[in-house]
Amino acid sequence: MAEKKQQVKVPKKKASRREKKDWVAGYLFIAPVTLGLLVFYIFPFIQNFWFSFNNVNKFNMATFCGLENYSKMIVDTELYQTLWNTLKYVVITVPVGLFLSILLAALLNSEIKGKSFYRTIYFLPSVTMSVAVSLIWKWIYNGEYGILNAILKVFGLEGQNWLSNQSTAFYCVMIVGIWCSVGYNMIILLAGMQGISKSLYEAAAIDGAGPKDQFFHVTMPMLTPTIFFVMITSIIGGFQVFDTIYMMIGKTSMAYESCQTMIAMFYRYGFEFGKKGYAAAISIFVFLIIMVVTAFQMWGQKKWVNYD
Amino acid sequence: MKKSKNIRHLFVHIILLAGVTITITPFLWMVFTSFKTLGESMAIPPTIFPSKWQLDAYTKIFTSIPFAQVYLNTIISAVVTVLLQVAFCTMAAYGFGRIDFPFKNTIFLIVLSVLMVPGQIFLIPQYLIIMHMGLLDTIPAVFIPNLFSAFGTFLMRQFFMSLPKELEEAAILDGCNRFQIFGRIMLPLVKPGIVSLVIFTAKFAWNDFMWPMIVNTSPTKMTLAPALSTLQGQYGTRYPMQMAGAVMAVMPIIILFFIFQKQFIEGVAQSGIKG
Repeated sequence: MAEKKQQVKVPKKKASRREKKDWVAGYLFIAPVTLGLLVFYIFPFIQNFWFSFNNVNKFNMATFCGLENYSKMIVDTELYQTLWNTLKYVVITVPVGLFLSILLAALLNSEIKGKSFYRTIYFLPSVTMSVAVSLIWKWIYNGEYGILNAILKVFGLEGQNWLSNQSTAFYCVMIVGIWCSVGYNMIILLAGMQGISKSLYEAAAIDGAGPKDQFFHVTMPMLTPTIFFVMITSIIGGFQVFDTIYMMIGKTSMAYESCQTMIAMFYRYGFEFGKKGYAAAISIFVFLIIMVVTAFQMWGQKKWVNYD
Repeated sequence: MKKSKNIRHLFVHIILLAGVTITITPFLWMVFTSFKTLGESMAIPPTIFPSKWQLDAYTKIFTSIPFAQVYLNTIISAVVTVLLQVAFCTMAAYGFGRIDFPFKNTIFLIVLSVLMVPGQIFLIPQYLIIMHMGLLDTIPAVFIPNLFSAFGTFLMRQFFMSLPKELEEAAILDGCNRFQIFGRIMLPLVKPGIVSLVIFTAKFAWNDFMWPMIVNTSPTKMTLAPALSTLQGQYGTRYPMQMAGAVMAVMPIIILFFIFQKQFIEGVAQSGIKG
């Protein structure tokens, strides 16, 4: 239907008065968002790119310096350290988080009582302010008075200063990241599971498939588009992790270096050290990495995601 | 047969309840600590419930930092963000979704391109724009860039596109103009979308951290997230006070969540299906 209508329009005469009135109305409707995005997002995108070729001093004066920021970046060991940390964060939190949220969604996708109670509770962390969450967990991990060490002691285990120990701090932050996002992703996956047609399960049951077979041969394959969606958004979110790291690992912490992510580095150069040109270059680097990873995913999805 | 099902359900409940415990314990620990005295918070071994429920930490936070002002700042910036962002996005979504005009698809593509870019890319220039506007350290600095959302426009457009075309054609024949159609016919029909967007935006505006921390640095102009973060720097060992701040900071959104949990959860569930 829609196509036919457009074809009728193709031999364009002059636009009728009503059409022109519609144009004006259309432009008026989109004006605030379009102009706002132009001024506060699209122009800044271009300017940020320009800044990455400039030295921007403390007084925000920019002087062109060509590729200096980029050539500095290529040999900056701090950047590679933060890149490594960020990759580690993504590679650990995304699969673990995904596994837990699929598990919970699968358990809730049955005729079990109290479903909405569970859903509500699991969703709670994802509406909670990340800064507050970080304060709470920092208090839990506290080496002297923290509840975690007290609990461990009950089981006869020796506690420690979780957040200032280089070998544990980053994992502690990862746990908080997972704690925050599992419920949110579970809701999306559960909705995906509930969207799978009942007839598929009936057919599988007729063929003699038990609950386990049904899960692995019906639910999982049909769920792959949703899993893919959750995976992509989690990976992008993981590359941008900042709040929990900034809050939980202070500058004076022994574990500081082993926990800094790329966005944390961007923030410090841009807004603490007053090196906005270099920070701009870092942000472009982060953007490129996210693009490459996402493009790789889009290419890889053909091999495992089912679309009907 | 029935018995084995019961056992299986029991097993499932045990796992789910373990998850509930892990999810809920930090919240309880926050609340309990906030009512303890400083001394009790550092007791070894720790007490679980406060031996006496004290409001000390709550009163102290109001005298140590301008907490009431910070709270008000957060409310103002969240309310303005929600009202204007939702209004602008809904209007634009109607324009992009249901009106034909030249260059519509090109403009929409430009709008969408904003969605593809990680937000940090915009921060430095946004900061400089706000600075040149002379708005650093003011409440508008916190909300101005957030009034315009490509995500919100995209989300609302999906809702408008799902409505039947005939609705407008009849109204146009009746002599309604576009603005009347939008206000009287369309808005009531996309109400579920508006509710979703209001929730998303409110949650985001209330919890946002990096941007308000960058633009507003004086204690009386801060919003909650950055103010809580400074609490940690200044009163690093006063855990009851930090927890009291955290309780008050998370309460409004959690209350909102309990009232509108169906809409919260459905909004998120749909994001996977639509995406």
